[in-house]
Amino acid sequence: MTPLHHKLFRDLTRTAGQATAITAVLACGVATYVTMRSAYDSLLFARSEFYTAYRFADVFAQVKRAPEHLARSIAAIPGVAAVQTRIVMDVTLDIPGLEEPATARLVSVPERGAPPLNDLFLRQGSYIGPGRRDDVVISEAFAAANRLHVGDAVTAVVNGKWERLRIAGIGLSPEYLYEVKPGEIFPDNRRFGVLWMSRKTLEAAFDMKEAFNDVALSLTQGASELDVIQRLDHLLEPYGGLGAYGRADQMSYRFIADELAELRTMGYLLPSIFLAVVAFLLHVVMSRLIALERGQIGVLKAFGYGRIAIAAHYLKFGWIAALPGSILGIAGGLWLGSVYTAIYARYFHFPALRLQAEGYVPVAAVVIAAGAACLGAVSAVRRAVALAPAESMRPESPEQFHAGLLERTGALHWIAPETRMIVRNLSRRPWRAAAAALAIALAISILVVGRYTIDSVHHIVDLQFRQMQREDVTVAFQEPRPEQARYDLAKLPGVLQVEPFREAPARLRSGHRWRKSSILGVSDNDTLRPLMDREHGRMRIPEDGIVLNSRLGEILNAAPGTQIQVEVLEGARPVRTLVVAGWIEQPLGLAAYMQAGALHRLMRESDLISGAHLKVDPRKEERLYALLKRTPSISGVSVKSIALASFWKSYGDTIWISTIMLVGFASVIAFGIVYNGARIALSERGHELASLRVLGYRTAEVGRILLGEQGLLLALGIPCGFLLGYELALRTSRALARDLVRLPLVIGPVSYSYAAGVVLIAGMFSGWMVARRLVRMDLTAALKSRE
Amino acid sequence: MGDVEVHALRGVDLDLYAGEFVVVLGPSGSGKSTLLNILGGLDVPTSGEVHYLDHRLTGAGDAALTRFRREHVGFVFQFYNLIPSLTALENVELVTEIAGHPMDPAEALRRVGLGERMHHFPSQLSGGEQQRVAIARAVAKRPDILLCDEPTGALDYPTGKLVLEVLERINRELGTIAVVITHNAAIAGMAHRVVRVGSGRIVDISRNERRLSPSELSW
Repeated sequence: MTPLHHKLFRDLTRTAGQATAITAVLACGVATYVTMRSAYDSLLFARSEFYTAYRFADVFAQVKRAPEHLARSIAAIPGVAAVQTRIVMDVTLDIPGLEEPATARLVSVPERGAPPLNDLFLRQGSYIGPGRRDDVVISEAFAAANRLHVGDAVTAVVNGKWERLRIAGIGLSPEYLYEVKPGEIFPDNRRFGVLWMSRKTLEAAFDMKEAFNDVALSLTQGASELDVIQRLDHLLEPYGGLGAYGRADQMSYRFIADELAELRTMGYLLPSIFLAVVAFLLHVVMSRLIALERGQIGVLKAFGYGRIAIAAHYLKFGWIAALPGSILGIAGGLWLGSVYTAIYARYFHFPALRLQAEGYVPVAAVVIAAGAACLGAVSAVRRAVALAPAESMRPESPEQFHAGLLERTGALHWIAPETRMIVRNLSRRPWRAAAAALAIALAISILVVGRYTIDSVHHIVDLQFRQMQREDVTVAFQEPRPEQARYDLAKLPGVLQVEPFREAPARLRSGHRWRKSSILGVSDNDTLRPLMDREHGRMRIPEDGIVLNSRLGEILNAAPGTQIQVEVLEGARPVRTLVVAGWIEQPLGLAAYMQAGALHRLMRESDLISGAHLKVDPRKEERLYALLKRTPSISGVSVKSIALASFWKSYGDTIWISTIMLVGFASVIAFGIVYNGARIALSERGHELASLRVLGYRTAEVGRILLGEQGLLLALGIPCGFLLGYELALRTSRALARDLVRLPLVIGPVSYSYAAGVVLIAGMFSGWMVARRLVRMDLTAALKSRE
Repeated sequence: MGDVEVHALRGVDLDLYAGEFVVVLGPSGSGKSTLLNILGGLDVPTSGEVHYLDHRLTGAGDAALTRFRREHVGFVFQFYNLIPSLTALENVELVTEIAGHPMDPAEALRRVGLGERMHHFPSQLSGGEQQRVAIARAVAKRPDILLCDEPTGALDYPTGKLVLEVLERINRELGTIAVVITHNAAIAGMAHRVVRVGSGRIVDISRNERRLSPSELSW
């Protein structure tokens, strides 16, 4: 070991507290990077493996009923590689031990050979046997949630008749990685599952001989998806096509894509913030170290140590402080990454989803950490290198003070000298003070952003499930039914109120932008699903106007007052231009609303309804559900309390992990910043404070000056942090806005208090640590030298 | 290093009397600074006793020593130890704030000849001026004892003499005990008594029959 190495290790030991703080913050930064990156890679890898091996289709379309010979025309579309026609039906399922009816999606598969697209991965059992018409392969998540095994039987209402189905196998499909009931966003594996069964059985049951109602295509390399979609729509239109779409609009693909995008965004955002803080902390510590070691640097130079030796010496200090941080961060990040991946494995049903720790991740983590350390050290090191030996051996000349603005106004004259010292110390190095306050503001802002996601999810629950959805149960019909159907529903046991709705699938266009969505017909008197405007007041839709939820409005770029083209994809398939009457805030999904009467007129139909929202007497729920299960005209039953529970199940774990990542790590950062600030202040003011102690000032009085300065920085930093946090949360909410879920910008007072609380506790703890050093301060030693 | 004890001072017996100007002379490492620290309540001896009037300083806790410094002692350091963020006047006020019967801070500065420069910051003052501010700060609380550690050590010849004149005047006009520690033997001429220290012991205590005025000193 060279003498410089000895010096390096002694310097590190001497600044152990600060080095630890830097290490901790760096570990957090590296951990977020490794977590997000490895979770991202794992998900991406598992997805692409599954999609490729099991031939996930590129384009999808639903149609009312198309003849099988159309498949040849579809295959002839330029760019189409393979075509798979299917029969897909949603039916009610009776699961033993489950009160509410479950919904099953029946998907046809060929009796012999694997499906050409969207193949099945068999986890257990076997594929349906040839000629065994009652065999089904059942989705793994549904089987697990209902404890169904190979060989068990389930009963389904297939086209009005009860059918007993035998579970031949348990499997997975790339099409249902995220398995969610149509029209819903969060999975409920207990009450929704996919059943693959023989095409022949479904043909017979649904009167679909030589016909199909669902088609999936794969494309050749370089084919234009948009072009294929347009041609496919054209072919399907006469048969009641509901609009073809690509992978981006396929629910399961979409959800994973959204998740990947979020991981990507956060995977850049969080580590950047954390590492910026590391660079800042290192900059402050190194600047101080070099200021203290002026004389030593001078001596080293006088003895002939070169610039490179000196620069390397101080850069090594940064790297060595950074090294354990990287190692801890990589280990912690891989662990958190595996937790993340395990949580994903619960929602996304892959044959295998394991932590995919790519070799580049730890390497990149170390490079990024070392880079942040260099960035932090560089300006301090430059100063050390630039020092002229003779000059650096002389003590620094007294710091320059001038009467500032505050002096000239005379304001400072009225305050005590201690306070004047604090104010002058801060105003003498305004950039340093601003940077320290900014660091505190950063810590506050990360905490605010971390808490924002939690607040936002609570807000969604309140808005969506308490204010917007006031029903208990929603039933959807297989086919639109006459309005009188509402009276049949009203007669069911326990039904207190029936509010029917009309829902029509439609393509909405504005210029070159378009989106598939549903138009809901509503009435001004609706009480179970009141339409609310931004101020949570009641919104009235003018006759012939259409209201969009704001996400749909943004996608179409159709502000209130503009015109959009509506193509209804059902019944007479009318096309009309309507004026956007307004936007409403909704956190989930995409939707458009019209007056029910206007929608009926548009569709040239009498008063048809697609389903109804029900208010239900909880004591009679059981009987109601039993009857609903046996009503063939009903394709789906949604119970709000269950939807809410599955929402919490989906978000509960995510919140837990983001709380650790954001709130936990932000707390560490806040500690690091505040503690470091106080330690530096003690080091810089030590001489001055010792002088005061010698002059007869008590420890407490001296402590007030030192901690007063830190307190003032906190007082400046905290409100700035609130503003910064709000801004960051706003950007996060925009960056994370998706068609399925938006996290509205809601930050409660508790979150602001929490953020301030963590920083204040960190401040008090650091203050206490520093105060202990103040008590032990050696007065005589402090006065011997100038520094 | 380790367990080896190094005694900076041993067997010291010294009395200081009201109104005295005492110069403690000794080469560096002789223990004179340790003596000053003990006198000023910055340090406590490992054995032996220190009394101030009827207070016993040995065995006193940090709070009691702080009070002793606050009420009775004024310090002047070799490197002035002014607070760079406060003006000359404010540096003096720093002490008058916490003193029982202080003089007017401006008056203290006028006594050291800095009436015109009291609103300047340390960085705007010369070394001699800074040391005079330090003296004003030390005397402004009307201490009973003024302890000066190499007060001219960092100053050039004429400025050093000017500072010594100020110290002499304070001692004469206010009756404050002045203890000046120095390795500069020439300064001994202005003292009532001269204490010579070497290797941690008092080698000799002598009384000047005729005191020289600072202007008569030369080195």
